[in-house]
Amino acid sequence: MSKWRDLMICAALAAGVSGPVWSGPYFLGRPAEPDEIAAWNHEVQPDGTGLPLGQGAVEDGDVLFGERCAACHGDFAEGVGNWPTLSGGIGTLGDEDPVKTVGSYWPYLSTAWDFIHRSKPYGNAQTLEVDEVYSLVAFLLYSSDLVEDDFVLSHENFLDVKMPNANGFVVDDRAATEYPRFSGPPCMRDCRAPVKITKRATDLDLTPEMMVATKELDLLAQGEKVFAKCKACHQVGEGARDRVGPALNGIVGADAARADFFYSDGMRAAAKAGLVWDHTELAAYLANPKAYLPGTRMNFSGLGSQADIEAVIAFLASQKG
Amino acid sequence: MTSKTSSRRQFLVGAASAGVAFPTASRAGDPLITEVQDWAIGHGDGVDASPYGLPISHESHVVRRNVEWLTADTISSINFTPIHALEGTITPQGVGFERHHSGAIDLSKPDYRLMINGLVDQPLVFTYEDIERFPRENHVYFCECAANSGMEWNGAQLNGAQFTHGMIHNMEYTGVPLRLLLEEAGVQTAGKWVFVEGADASSNGRSIPLDKALGDCLVAFKANGEALRKEHGYPVRLVVPGWEGNLWIKWLRRIEVTKGPVETKEETSKYTDLLGSGIARKWTWEMDAKSVITAPSPQMPIRHGTGPLVITGLAWSGRGAIEGVDISLDGGVNWTPARLDGQARAKALTRFYLDHVWDGGQMLLQSRARDSTGYVQPKKDDLRRVRGLNSTYHNNAIQTWWVNAEGMVENVEVA
Repeated sequence: MSKWRDLMICAALAAGVSGPVWSGPYFLGRPAEPDEIAAWNHEVQPDGTGLPLGQGAVEDGDVLFGERCAACHGDFAEGVGNWPTLSGGIGTLGDEDPVKTVGSYWPYLSTAWDFIHRSKPYGNAQTLEVDEVYSLVAFLLYSSDLVEDDFVLSHENFLDVKMPNANGFVVDDRAATEYPRFSGPPCMRDCRAPVKITKRATDLDLTPEMMVATKELDLLAQGEKVFAKCKACHQVGEGARDRVGPALNGIVGADAARADFFYSDGMRAAAKAGLVWDHTELAAYLANPKAYLPGTRMNFSGLGSQADIEAVIAFLASQKG
Repeated sequence: MTSKTSSRRQFLVGAASAGVAFPTASRAGDPLITEVQDWAIGHGDGVDASPYGLPISHESHVVRRNVEWLTADTISSINFTPIHALEGTITPQGVGFERHHSGAIDLSKPDYRLMINGLVDQPLVFTYEDIERFPRENHVYFCECAANSGMEWNGAQLNGAQFTHGMIHNMEYTGVPLRLLLEEAGVQTAGKWVFVEGADASSNGRSIPLDKALGDCLVAFKANGEALRKEHGYPVRLVVPGWEGNLWIKWLRRIEVTKGPVETKEETSKYTDLLGSGIARKWTWEMDAKSVITAPSPQMPIRHGTGPLVITGLAWSGRGAIEGVDISLDGGVNWTPARLDGQARAKALTRFYLDHVWDGGQMLLQSRARDSTGYVQPKKDDLRRVRGLNSTYHNNAIQTWWVNAEGMVENVEVA
C-alpha cells in the first residue's frame, strides 16, 4: 500500500468521513455485502466449485422436463423444430452430420447444471429450485443413456459422472496448425489454375427476399416523390379530402368518377361506359390526360417518364385510405 | 433504357441523336434542373421535426436483417449489419448487428450495479456513476460474432454481404480499462481468470484469462459518442478487442476473479470448433484476419454499365492491424493490391478500395487480407483441409462474388 493512499485513508477517517477504507487507488465503489455476493455468485465450475448441496431423481426430472422444457426441447429432449436437441448423438462427432448434445458433446456436467440454473427455463430464468436443477440434469443424463432410470444425482456423486466427450477438446492450436501454413508473402501472379464456379448461393435459395423488398420500397419512395406534382390539387393518405381534384385513396382499381365529386362531362361519360382505374387505364391517363380523356378538367400535361408512372401508381396503390 | 456506355462524350452524342437514354432526360434538358422543384419553392422540415434524427425515408432499406430459418425465434437470435450499404469504417449503432440470448433488456443507469468478487482483496459494488469517475479512454474496435460466415462453411449459401459477413460492427467505444476496476478491488495472486456475466435472463457468462482482462479490455458505456443502445448492452458492456463477440458481455453486472475457467455453455457447447477428427478446439477467442468486398456484392449490383467502378470492402484482424488487402478479378489467379483508406488500426475495420475500369466482362471478385503478424487470409478449401467440414465457427476464408455481364452479383464458390 502506498504512503499516499495510507494518508488519504487516514485523512478520510480523521475527518469523520464515512467512506471507503479498502485499498483501491481511486476509492470508488463500496464493499460488496456477503448476501449480495451470494445472490449473484452462482456459477458452477468443472471441479464442483459453486455447486450447492442437493439432489434430484431422473423420475422427477422427467416430469419437470415435460412441464418446463419439452415445449421446445421435446418430451425426450430430442428437440422441436429449430430448438436444440439435448440428447443422443454419442459417437457421431466425427461423422458427416455430427449431433452435438449435452450427452455427446458437452465435456463437463457442471456446464449443464450451471446453465440450467442460471439461464433456464427460457423466458422464466432463475426460477428453478436447486433440487429441480439436479433432477433435470439427471433426466438429461438418462435421455442420453448415461444413467439408469432410477438414478439420483446429488452433490455427492456429481463428480463421479463420466461425460463421454470429457477428453474431446484441445486448447486453441491455430498457432501450430494454421498460422505457419497461412503466413508469408502472398502470391500475386498465376497463383492457381483458372477456376470454375462450383457452388452457387442461388441454387439453395435461402436468402431472405431482400432485393425484392428493396425494389418495392424504392418504388414507393419514388412514387411518393412523383406524387408531389399532383399534390397541388390532390390529397391521398390518412385524412385526405377533396380539393381542386378528388381525394385519391383507393383509386387504383376503383370505378371512375365518384358520385359526390364534380367531374367533367367527359369523365362522367367514360365512367358511365364502365371505366375502371386499373393499372393500364391509369397509366394511359397519366401519360397524357388530355389526349386520353378529351375535356378532362385535370389540368396536367402528363408524366413523361414510364418509370414515374409506374412509381406513382405503386404509391397510389399503397394508399388505401 | 440505359446505355451500357457511360463516357461523357458518348452520352452527349447518344442523347443528341436518337433521344436515347437516360431517365427523365429530354432535348430540353433534365427537368430536375430546368423545372423549379417543390423543394426549391416551399419550406422543408423545421428544427425539432425529429429531435433524435433518423435516416431519411429513401434509405429505409439500409437496415439490420434477420435470417428467419437460422434460429427458432427472434429472442435468442441474431441479425446482420447492412455492411453492403455502409461506407467508411464506423458502424452506426442503429444498424450494428444484434445478438441476444434472452432479448435486449431495459436496464436503467440508476438500477445498474457492477460487482467485482472472487479472488480479490475487497469485493466491490460500483454504480453507473462510479464507473464514469474512473479515468476513461476511447478506442475503435470491431466486434465480430464467432459465427460470422459460419453458414458459408459448407458452400455458398446466402446471397449478400450483409448475410455472409454482417455479424460484425465497428464502433468507437468510451470506457474504463477493466484493469482499473480489477486493481480497485485488488487481484490476488491465485487469480488467473475472470468470469464475466450479464444481467439479462440468459446470464450470459464467459471466462477470460487474466492477462487479457488486464490488457486492452474496456468496460464501455458509450459507443460512437453516445450512450450504448439498448441492444448493445446499455448502460454498460464489456469490450474484448480482437476476440469473438460472445465475450463482449452486454448489461455487464459481475466480474469474478477465479482460479480457472468456468467452462460455461457458451465456451463448451457453443463457440468451439469441431474438427474433422471429432475433436473440438476450445478457447479460439482471437478472430483471424478476414476481409470481404462490400460492393459490388449481391445486394449491390453494378447498375451503371461499363467504365469507372469503385470496388470496395472491409478488412480486419483480431491479432493486429491490416497491412494489406489484395483483390482478384479472376477467382484468385492474379491479384492486385487494393488502396487502404486512412490509417489501419489494430483490431478495427479497415476500408479498402480498388478504382477499377470495368469492361463489362464477367468477374470472380475476391479480397485477401494480410495482417501485421504476416498472416494471409486463406482460401476456404485450405481452411477446410485443416478443420474438416463440421467446423462452421471462426470461418475467415476468402469470399467469392461472381459478377456477370449485366452487373448482377452472386455468392459462389470456385475451384
